[in-house]
Amino acid sequence: MQRFANLVDSLAFTQSRNRKLSLLTDYFLTTSDPDRGWALAALTDGLPLRVPLRRILPEILADIVDPVLYHLSRDYVGDTAETVALLWPDRPEYQRDGARVTLDSVVTAFATAPNSSHAEILKGLLDALEPSSRFALLKLLGGAPRVGVSARLAKLALAQAFEQPVSEIEESWHAVDAPYLALFDWLNGDGPRPDPGGRPVFRPMMLAHPIEDEDRTKLDPDDLLAEWKWDGIRVQVAAQMGEVRLFSRTGDDISAGFPDIVTAFTGRNCILDGELLVVREDEVAPFNDLQQRLNRKTVSARMVRDYPAHIRLYDSLQIDEKDLRDLPLIERRKRLEHWHRAHPPLSTDLSPLVPFNTFDELTHLWQNTRAEGIEGLMLKRKDSPYLSGRPRGHWWKWKRAPLTLDCVLMYAQRGSGKRSSYYSDYTFGVWRDAPDDGAELVPVGKAYSGFTDAELLELDRFIRSNTTDRFGPVRAVSPKLVLEVAFDALQKSTRHKSGIAMRFPRIARIRWDKPVSEADTLSRAQSLLKAPSLDKRG
Amino acid sequence: MTHSAHIAERWLYPTDAGLYCEPGDFFIDPHLPTPRAVITHGHADHARAGHDAVLTTSETAAIMRLRYGPDAVGRFETVAYGETHRINGLDLKLVPAGHILGSAQVVLEYQGSRIAISGDYKRSPDPTCEAFEPINCDVFVTEATFALPVFRHEVAQKEIQRLLASLRLEPDRPHLVGVYGLGKCQRVIKLLREEGYDDPIWLHGALISLCDLYKDLGHDLGDLRVVDTEKPGGTAQGIIMCPPSALGDRWSRRFPDSVSAFASGWMRIRARARQRGVELPLVISDHADWPELIGTIRETGAAEIWVTHGRDDALVHQLSQMGVKAKALALVGFEDEAE
Repeated sequence: MQRFANLVDSLAFTQSRNRKLSLLTDYFLTTSDPDRGWALAALTDGLPLRVPLRRILPEILADIVDPVLYHLSRDYVGDTAETVALLWPDRPEYQRDGARVTLDSVVTAFATAPNSSHAEILKGLLDALEPSSRFALLKLLGGAPRVGVSARLAKLALAQAFEQPVSEIEESWHAVDAPYLALFDWLNGDGPRPDPGGRPVFRPMMLAHPIEDEDRTKLDPDDLLAEWKWDGIRVQVAAQMGEVRLFSRTGDDISAGFPDIVTAFTGRNCILDGELLVVREDEVAPFNDLQQRLNRKTVSARMVRDYPAHIRLYDSLQIDEKDLRDLPLIERRKRLEHWHRAHPPLSTDLSPLVPFNTFDELTHLWQNTRAEGIEGLMLKRKDSPYLSGRPRGHWWKWKRAPLTLDCVLMYAQRGSGKRSSYYSDYTFGVWRDAPDDGAELVPVGKAYSGFTDAELLELDRFIRSNTTDRFGPVRAVSPKLVLEVAFDALQKSTRHKSGIAMRFPRIARIRWDKPVSEADTLSRAQSLLKAPSLDKRG
Repeated sequence: MTHSAHIAERWLYPTDAGLYCEPGDFFIDPHLPTPRAVITHGHADHARAGHDAVLTTSETAAIMRLRYGPDAVGRFETVAYGETHRINGLDLKLVPAGHILGSAQVVLEYQGSRIAISGDYKRSPDPTCEAFEPINCDVFVTEATFALPVFRHEVAQKEIQRLLASLRLEPDRPHLVGVYGLGKCQRVIKLLREEGYDDPIWLHGALISLCDLYKDLGHDLGDLRVVDTEKPGGTAQGIIMCPPSALGDRWSRRFPDSVSAFASGWMRIRARARQRGVELPLVISDHADWPELIGTIRETGAAEIWVTHGRDDALVHQLSQMGVKAKALALVGFEDEAE
């Protein structure tokens, strides 16, 4: 437990991705089975345990701490697991047993005991552990350590630690259950690569490159298929042997949040690639609606009804046990269409092909994507096999041109990691009324990218010499500098004072030359609000 | 309310300038200039410039002279620990508080009642100052900086070992250790030396003069060097001490791949460490933690507790649960972050 607690601590305080990777690598190489497997599960998909902390904790805390002191502490610390870990009394006489507490012993204890004794078990464990292990334990049981480790990063760490291709790890990953003993046996060279057999597993996805001008001159339209680029999230749905799993682009299993999709695919035998959307009466809802469904471990019936999930399919990796990944796209597409026509699952449709003959025609279509509420175009070589990762020369994304607003820099915040000594996160605003009416600025967004290192230095200098107020890591800056901000879309938002929120904002240009009085107004910004989706193509 | 405590309120009470002792006609740690002040220790929120006369320990006087210049206080009167000083029928004693070098509790006796004013204090050992001495009293006036049950500081030695372990693990990354310049800095240096770290310890310019003062007052801090202000990084390596504000500020850019550590009781709370972008939080505090506060209060045998600054709500609640009379004085001017 102590080793896992140390890992959780180090990961939580480390900003650098490479350092996180080396912490994980080191942990997997030096920790024995089955603990490293449980740790892997805890950091990624969660442990196969349901311990109702919300009910148990108040019960066991009642004997431990005065309720007033607990609430004052909880308010101060801001996190329940951390509060309990810190104020739980240290009992040296029990803590001698702490070294014997392993992840495996924790999982076994909870998995084999009746629910009614969970509180007693938890109490015993908290007594035996020191504060950082108590914290790790509670986070483990709570289901989300939140230490900035994605399934993808964990797989990369395994790949690095055991010198195996990450794509093979991704395929074997879901072939075994936590604590993944067969996976580690294979990685250690002590066993065969786990065969997913009949179980639905994640297949590494094929990703696209942004299209460059030179790509367009080199490509022959006859070699390409075009599709609309949808504004949802990329998913893989895998159905086999009565089981259905929905995976995100990084291989995180998000099935639990989408029972509607799981039901639609139950009994099917396929692995398909598509876009997860919220669709009501054939209309794609704004991304905001989809967001309501994301990052949930469970979802209420009401959520499912109000935000109905839908998959717009565009590729097939496997149908009826047959791996199609080596076939050319045009063939995979044909099989997908055939399969879908034969028995279309509920909540699915096919992403239509966009007919075109020349790049001029395509450019024309692309220019209209914004008006039609579509994110852009996808171009794919007809002969492209389904490869893992982001191979060059097969698929391209052609995102619609960004919108821009001239905004005024209002606040700057220190960055993190390498940027911690720089003011690198910028909050900017537009004028509420015409600038000469003694108008006020209202914040419309925040961005921390789009500028060069040299520009960052200049911005940092500007901020330090134009600070009007400080709030911890944030400085208020006197309104003197115009930033041209590019963003993909504007959405209505009740969380922001301005009533609007930007998607993917970044600094396009620093307008040292432009007087702030010429920055944009809120009414101009509102005119860019995303029009309701017009698309009914699906 | 006990008789003595009730009486005490009539001769020691909070005013706009700070806690005022009527028979002695002086203020304790006032935050405004006063004709006569008794100062518990040298931290800036307790020891301010501009008083006509200051009574304190000789170490605190030396610290104030260094910080504020020789003329910032009209006149110093220094007393040794334990020495009784009589003013208008009131007996005053300064007793070690264990907080930093020269820190003292102020013990007042008047008309048969005894009040001890803790200033800031801690109970864990500190090689740079004398240990806290519990005083049996009628009223104990305590700080409450870390008065929540979540605050239980680590053993400082253990935290120093973590710092050294990190340095062994990543010897090529300089370890920037943010420390409060007076007290924490010298304590951490001394603890490092006690753990056998004999390499030069590098100092940010702002920490030099206080370290020199500690050396003058007989505290050997070993080989201290100053980080070159001209060159990026220069020859500095290993452990580099700096004020907390320099962590993640422009100064730190000269050490591009450094580990940032921060030695403070606040590092107990993850959100605090993350807010500051600290990679290696070291829970080392010069204030009493929750068990020390409760234990000390019990030890004084005081019938009544007055809480000066910090999380007074939690401490007053806890004491009332224990059947001890307690009230918050809500004195202004003390900084939460004085760590």
